[in-house]
Amino acid sequence: MIDIFDIMGPIMVGPSSSHTAGAVRIGRMARTLLREEPVKADIHLHGSFAGTGVGHGTDKALVAGLLGMAPDNLDIPNSFEIARERGLDFTFDEVDLREVHPNSVLMDLTGDRGGRLSIRASSTGGGRIRVDELDGVEVSFTGDYNTLIIQNMDKQGNLSEVTTALSLAQVNVANMSLHRSSKGGNVMMIIETDDPVPDAIVQLIENRPGILQVIHYRKED
Amino acid sequence: MNLNSMQEIVSLARREGKKFWEVVLETDMENREVSRYESMEKMAQTWHAMLEASQVYTGERRSASGLVGGQGKLMYDYAAAGKCIGGEFMGQVIGEALAMGESNACMRRIVAAPTAGACGVMPAVLIPLYWRENIPEEKMVEAMYVASGIGAVIAYRACISGAAGGCQAEIGSASAMAAGALVYLKGGNKDVMCHAVAMALKNLLGLACDPVAGLVEVPCVKRNVIGAVNAIAAADMALAGIESRIPVDEVIDAMGEVGRRLPVELRETALGGLAATPTGRAVKKRLHGNRGKKKRTLTIKDARWKLEKPAEEASEAPVEGETVPAT
Ligand code: SF4
Repeated sequence: MIDIFDIMGPIMVGPSSSHTAGAVRIGRMARTLLREEPVKADIHLHGSFAGTGVGHGTDKALVAGLLGMAPDNLDIPNSFEIARERGLDFTFDEVDLREVHPNSVLMDLTGDRGGRLSIRASSTGGGRIRVDELDGVEVSFTGDYNTLIIQNMDKQGNLSEVTTALSLAQVNVANMSLHRSSKGGNVMMIIETDDPVPDAIVQLIENRPGILQVIHYRKED
Repeated sequence: MNLNSMQEIVSLARREGKKFWEVVLETDMENREVSRYESMEKMAQTWHAMLEASQVYTGERRSASGLVGGQGKLMYDYAAAGKCIGGEFMGQVIGEALAMGESNACMRRIVAAPTAGACGVMPAVLIPLYWRENIPEEKMVEAMYVASGIGAVIAYRACISGAAGGCQAEIGSASAMAAGALVYLKGGNKDVMCHAVAMALKNLLGLACDPVAGLVEVPCVKRNVIGAVNAIAAADMALAGIESRIPVDEVIDAMGEVGRRLPVELRETALGGLAATPTGRAVKKRLHGNRGKKKRTLTIKDARWKLEKPAEEASEAPVEGETVPAT
């Protein structure tokens, strides 16, 4: 079903919903997933993001998102200067990621507390985005739902513990998927929910043995 | 209610004694599970964002490529001097369309309607009328629902992106949405509105999407003008009692069909039409000349890379065949 506010909207800083608004959302998603103030970002542009990215302000938009700006923030064109003031050091280059969406970017991020994240994401049109890879594990989620990203040691029973915790909190699961890195080892669980997951439940899940990390992305309007 | 057919929305509205915009509003409430107040609040914000974008325009900014900027201001001044062939009102409409398209290209805040490239059409017809006729806010918000409903039907039956259906799907759809909104504001009934939508879309059938260098600048900014002027013409024709011989849903289907048959060179790939003219190619070379030569790592201080490259240095690298979609 078409959302009429995708027709009359979004309210955004131009010029392109895919190359500008979508890029801001990717940067913002990356910041949320890093869970720290980013201090270093190596940004690798692929395909059309590399080809027409500068003319569309894709570079500024990605940095703006990393700084926490939303797609309608009028400071997006000034994001490079603001990054400098806030101590975010960034580099850009062009890469060929082969069989990925033409509007893709790969970012290697470091946060102010030393956390690191490698994220590959694509802008799929009309300002919508998709996260395609996290720390080398192929995933797929869009941020259209509240999303739990759970990293765990491939341990039996973790999945049912998580779903039990969610049903206790009466949180409706919309989609769920399991992803394994090609090298084997840890597993990434992506759980999309209709309602946000209460912090206490996120904590509870994170404290279970075998669970390494839980990130909660809250859906934005 | 699914917003799948203009005819169905109109029949349902008739059966239940509702206005077209109310059906669209109620569909949104159902779809996003929000209250009437929440939906209308969001639509009012969207309308205000259009108004604000218009009011903060100064004409001083230039786009990243330098191709766009200041055209809206030139038009406003010309219209204010009383020189406009189409009268002052038409001058304002043209100026508003240019100003919004330009604001988008210059990274200002706009409302994509239905896309960022076509963001000037709706405000260009709504804002000058709003000021001239002192139309109440609620009425403007209702007209926004009318336009959204029309856009949703077009998106369902055909498409609203240049990549999928050419510029007829962006500027053409925006023009159809604007024509419907105008008829509503002028008190035309639902049939009149359908004829206006059909005529507006028909008049732009087949329009190619051919942005120079893949940027939403040339011809996009000026195409907003034809979208707006065409919307006014279609609304006036319909209000005068002129009917579209082809029913509106069939016209929308035809637009989708024409879009599918458009060669890929004319669907946002910047490989045909104006983008492929000698001048269009030269602009592309100037902007993207060093692309593909070698992958460079950049730091903050030279992050403005390609744009500041002098033209001669960049021009040695031939760039062919790279597609550059942008919405
Ligand atoms: S030419 Fe293409 S990019 Fe420009 S407004 Fe038309 S559809 Fe959009």
